[in-house]
Amino acid sequence: MKWLSWGLISILLGVFWGWSLFTKEQNARYLIGETTDGHHQIELACESCHLEPFGGAELIQEACTNCHGAELARADDSHPKSKFTDPRNAARIEVLDARYCVTCHIEHRNEETHEMGVTLPEDFCFYCHEDIGEDRPTHKNVPFSDCLTSGCHNYHDNRALYEDFLVKHADQAAIGLDPHQPMRNLLEQVVAEKGAVRPLTLNEADKPQTLHVGSEVMDDWLQTSHAAAGVNCSGCHQSSGSTWVDKPGLESCQSCHQQEAETFLQGKHGMRLAGSGDLPLSPMTPAMGRLPFKTDALETELTCTTCHGAHRFDTWKAAVESCLGCHNDEHSRNYPDSPHATLRELEHQGLADPGTGVSCATCHMPRLESAGLGGEAIQVMHNQNDNLRPNEKMIRSVCMDCHGFPFSLDALADPELIRNNFKGQPAAHVESIDWATGRREE
Amino acid sequence: MKQLKLLTKNSKSEKVSVWGRSSVKAWSSIADLSYVGTKGAVFGLAVTAGLMMTGCESEPQGISPQQFTDALHKVMESDRAVYTKQVVNRLAKEEKVIKASEHFMDEKALPLPAQMFRFGAEMVAGKTDDFSYSLQSLWPINKQNAPVTEVEKTGLKFIADNPGQNYYSEEELGGQKYFTAVYPDIAVAPVCASCHNEHKDTPRTDFKIGDVMGGVVIRVPVGS
Repeated sequence: MKWLSWGLISILLGVFWGWSLFTKEQNARYLIGETTDGHHQIELACESCHLEPFGGAELIQEACTNCHGAELARADDSHPKSKFTDPRNAARIEVLDARYCVTCHIEHRNEETHEMGVTLPEDFCFYCHEDIGEDRPTHKNVPFSDCLTSGCHNYHDNRALYEDFLVKHADQAAIGLDPHQPMRNLLEQVVAEKGAVRPLTLNEADKPQTLHVGSEVMDDWLQTSHAAAGVNCSGCHQSSGSTWVDKPGLESCQSCHQQEAETFLQGKHGMRLAGSGDLPLSPMTPAMGRLPFKTDALETELTCTTCHGAHRFDTWKAAVESCLGCHNDEHSRNYPDSPHATLRELEHQGLADPGTGVSCATCHMPRLESAGLGGEAIQVMHNQNDNLRPNEKMIRSVCMDCHGFPFSLDALADPELIRNNFKGQPAAHVESIDWATGRREE
Repeated sequence: MKQLKLLTKNSKSEKVSVWGRSSVKAWSSIADLSYVGTKGAVFGLAVTAGLMMTGCESEPQGISPQQFTDALHKVMESDRAVYTKQVVNRLAKEEKVIKASEHFMDEKALPLPAQMFRFGAEMVAGKTDDFSYSLQSLWPINKQNAPVTEVEKTGLKFIADNPGQNYYSEEELGGQKYFTAVYPDIAVAPVCASCHNEHKDTPRTDFKIGDVMGGVVIRVPVGS
């Protein structure tokens, strides 16, 4: 009887844990610790990172680079894996195996996670750059724990931090001569690709005749770039074939807005929708997030139309009002009283040139140059995390469109200024520019 | 053509783990070298070496690690000299139509010859473990390019003290034994000496054309 009881209990436990393993909603029992802010959205899609059971370090690394590899390459990663695979670095690798992301960035240890969103040894620079004080007298008494936190260095992305860049831009004024963000040019791209496009009129709308929609919907459509570019009702509602879809989703949008969809799926807003079809996750909602959000927006599901609104696709609204519909942290709440918001209002009233206003999206979803349909395109980066942390990543892609480099570097190093949404002057000062110019004058 | 065997440096009859692979794999390793215009040249050199050996002896023979690294180095050295002289020295120094800069993307300039060499080495490293190479110096502008292992230190000093000679040795790194060859890297154009002499981080300012400025280190894993 005793053995029978033990056997029965073992079988029940086996069934329970097996059920937990193979049922997505129950996977949480297998989480070995709280995941980071950047991965918790997809923590139940285990195979996003653990590509195969018992896959080992190489497969984990492959998962890291699947999502982050292109971003690192774009950032001209200062410490790529290829720097460490040479056998001459074998002794270094024994101390710090920099070939693998997980050497420094360990998942499921949120309690040890650095404010930059990843776990990070504090003084790892020491292992290879122990004697830096011999070459740089300014660095002699700087603790190795300050390399990254001082605003001077970044292990991966030093595009705005390398010495010659500091020197070249050392004398820039706080505000440039022609401060404005680049203008989007998708319509020009389409024209370059397909030739001239003819704007559509109300009578040309090709919705099914049996479908009755309000005049508001039709008016919205007529005011959009869609109607202006010849994109009819069927362009979205029948994008994938002959079947009319009442509420087209991401699949429909991305048939034209490929880059926007791709980057949306890379960011926190869209990453839950980026998984494989085997384990589809529901869209992200503020309720799942870890930032302060407005209580009435907690259950809002994030897709393209959540921010852009169907039919009107109002990018002006999507750039601020949509953000503030959910986000409720101090930095967001202080935006309406900020100098950036004032500039935006002036642009809105026609009192300032297009592109001179600064919205949430100006900084967090910047307009970047990329290869487009017909050449150089200015498109909106929809991964709002791409330049977020460490915030120096924002300097070249955003801040320097309007501001000088020294001002930008100091402003982003001042937490109070960030909290109040840049109302005032930086109280912080990063010394790296002084040190770099000082070395040139020696 | 007779089938070639790849052999260890010291024993022509003993097959070892890395060099005991099939010749097809060995040729593919050689062909993996992606340095500009190298494939044909390496293949030609290696085929010539192989034919010479098979022509002299009746038993199937192969190429030794030293012949392999010597051949690789001839290609590297030639391509490096062509880029330095025909591209950088000509366009940046003589005709002054474009700059060469470490920050060539930002500056819209030519990559420095040392960067050109390193990018090739990194691309090769992404394709094969059968050999690796790097450019080092006793007087490096970037301190990370100073010799690290004992063989590198001894080798770089040897080639600096003995112009015209190479240095060959074996060493064990991370539990793997390597055949390591160190070849002199010589200032082939005025721009080599002038840029290094004038760089703010250079530890030496009296380089002149023809000087040994550093060394190319090529490693091949061999059996223990």
